[in-house]
Amino acid sequence: MSKRSIIPIGPYHALQEEPEFFKLHVEGEKVVGLDIELGYNHRGIEKLSESKHYDQTVFLVERICGICSTSHPIACVQAIEDAGDIEVPERALYIRSIIGELERIHSHMLWLGLAGHFLGFNTVWMWAWRHREEVLNVFELITGNRNHYAMMKAGGVRRDIKAEDIPTIKKMVADLKAPLTLFKKTVADDPVIQARTKGVGVLSAQQVIDYAALGPTARASGVKIDVRRDHPHAAYGLVDWDVITAQNGDVFDKAVVRILEMFESIRIIEQCLDKLKTVTGSVDSNPKEVKPGEGVGLYEAPRGEVFHYIRSDGTNRPARHKVRAPSFMNVITDREAVIGHTVADATIILAAVDPCYCCTERMAAVDVYSGRRVFTAADMIKCSQQKTAELRKKLGAHGPKLNIA
Amino acid sequence: MSLAINVLTRSLNVFHLGGSACNNCDIEILDTLTPKYDLERFGIVLVGSIRHADLILLSGIFNKKSASRARLLYEQAPKPVVVVAVGGCACTGGMFRGSYNWDHPVKDYIPIDAFLPGCPPKPEAMISAVVKLIHTLRGKKQ
Amino acid sequence: MNREQVAAQVKQILGEKIIAFHQKSDRRIFLEVQSGDILEVTRILFHDLKARFHIASGVDTPEGIEILYHWAFDACNCVLTVRTKLDRNKPEIESCAPLYKAMEWIEREMWELLGIQFKNHPDLRHLLLKDDWPAGKYPLRRDYLPEAANGQKINLPADEAKNE
Repeated sequence: MSKRSIIPIGPYHALQEEPEFFKLHVEGEKVVGLDIELGYNHRGIEKLSESKHYDQTVFLVERICGICSTSHPIACVQAIEDAGDIEVPERALYIRSIIGELERIHSHMLWLGLAGHFLGFNTVWMWAWRHREEVLNVFELITGNRNHYAMMKAGGVRRDIKAEDIPTIKKMVADLKAPLTLFKKTVADDPVIQARTKGVGVLSAQQVIDYAALGPTARASGVKIDVRRDHPHAAYGLVDWDVITAQNGDVFDKAVVRILEMFESIRIIEQCLDKLKTVTGSVDSNPKEVKPGEGVGLYEAPRGEVFHYIRSDGTNRPARHKVRAPSFMNVITDREAVIGHTVADATIILAAVDPCYCCTERMAAVDVYSGRRVFTAADMIKCSQQKTAELRKKLGAHGPKLNIA
Repeated sequence: MSLAINVLTRSLNVFHLGGSACNNCDIEILDTLTPKYDLERFGIVLVGSIRHADLILLSGIFNKKSASRARLLYEQAPKPVVVVAVGGCACTGGMFRGSYNWDHPVKDYIPIDAFLPGCPPKPEAMISAVVKLIHTLRGKKQ
Repeated sequence: MNREQVAAQVKQILGEKIIAFHQKSDRRIFLEVQSGDILEVTRILFHDLKARFHIASGVDTPEGIEILYHWAFDACNCVLTVRTKLDRNKPEIESCAPLYKAMEWIEREMWELLGIQFKNHPDLRHLLLKDDWPAGKYPLRRDYLPEAANGQKINLPADEAKNE
């Protein structure tokens, strides 16, 4: 069968909670091409940022994405600090890492749950999200809010972690190890997950380099890049941890990398909490102005590297603020990974990069009324009847002929 | 109380229409269905198609590209349908007001029955809003 | 390769193509090249020096439109920014997307938001804005007026306060 058809997915569909539009080019069941249309989530944040002063900018970038709601602020304040040569107290660096790693755990659990949901394995969804609530409780304790923590500011952090809270936080974090071990075993042992994810959506190391893919998407293909190690920031250069990689680049390896990363995150958080006992002092250098200049801020978000560029002209507002989210580089790799797989596998492949369109800022129904062939309900019923007839012929079964149309 | 309202407010089928949101309200909406809050106890389920919806949850601003789609989806919903704007952005536009890609407040082209502010509203607030809404629809006092 | 070697090697290989070199700190290098050399510079950085492309940012400045190509040298914690200036009235530059796929989307983005023409781009069409976005209106330009773009005036919070 060589007739090429297009299946439009989106922009509003049951697959993902954000609007996005995929055009799956299929030949029969096989996917032969993918066109991604963005723009349903574009809010013009870069332009808005130029009208806000530096303190407000951090709140604005926090609302780029609700899942990476501390990655963008950290990258942003680092860019401001880089542009204006602003010093940050050491204690603030540890607090930044603690918040950042807690966010990584909650984000990876969220992905794991959604990945289970896309595979039709809703038990994983419910369990992962149940234990994710425990991370949100830690956030509520430290910052006062479940999401949008408002912790970062140029020159430090807005709130200190109180000494009396540290034992409680440590216990809450330690309690996460048991459910994480459970997820690790589930993914490694479950035949259904293995059958649906192993060898599916493979992205080679060369493709990763060609598309400059980032984060767990790159690391699952054996490309060992991690901004936390390569460009040390916050407290990542001061504590002991490992970069997790895998070799096959399929959906299974992407899941494994994410799960193992959560254990590393717990290691980092525990070390940082210990350091908070000895590193004392202020958490905010309280800068009064940002000198003219250009600055770059990098931060390893749960999905990969976040990049912020800020140009300061000496006023209290950025003259130019460029934001590059990791999904902007990762989502485009879907068009390589999805080729040759079936439509049923496409859902999990499209979700495997942990896409975040609100970050990418921008997916669509192909214009279903124009030119290209699109199935109508009647066509679908006709196809179904044809297939049933073929099966009957093959199996030699004779039953009553259904007449649906 | 009409038959439609009586049936509508018993077991709500929720359709979540996320606009150009930051995803946080969307995640909190899903959160209300997971074990800690577990709205499915009350027969409230998320549905994949707007044609099954009793309740539409709007989140985020709607930009120039998604606004017409949102209106189209609203027209496809079976009536009566209840619409709730979840989060500050859906209520007023929030901090994205005045952006070049911001269209209009969503209330200008979709009739909204309840506003639920917050950034993001906590799951408890969402549950409380649904309860209040059902009471109001049935004409009961709070 | 450590940081000093990166700076030295970039200077040596790019040679006369560099029209300005500025080392802001030991981790941040800024250099400027002619817009005509951009394809060659990208090839050298990507193929010869094995740098990773972060992103490009277009900036509208009074002197003209600037494009900043940010490159990462992951082995030595260094970010190299290649700056090139274009004429504001006719911003045109060679597309690097045929050479490096990672640049495809960002060039589409800069084309629609800043009005920079990328020559030989494989697929230059709208990425973020709607397909019928008025031609010639580029939101990230300094002279962009939101009300002119759609024919309707957008009420900013400040306007509403004035009306009340």
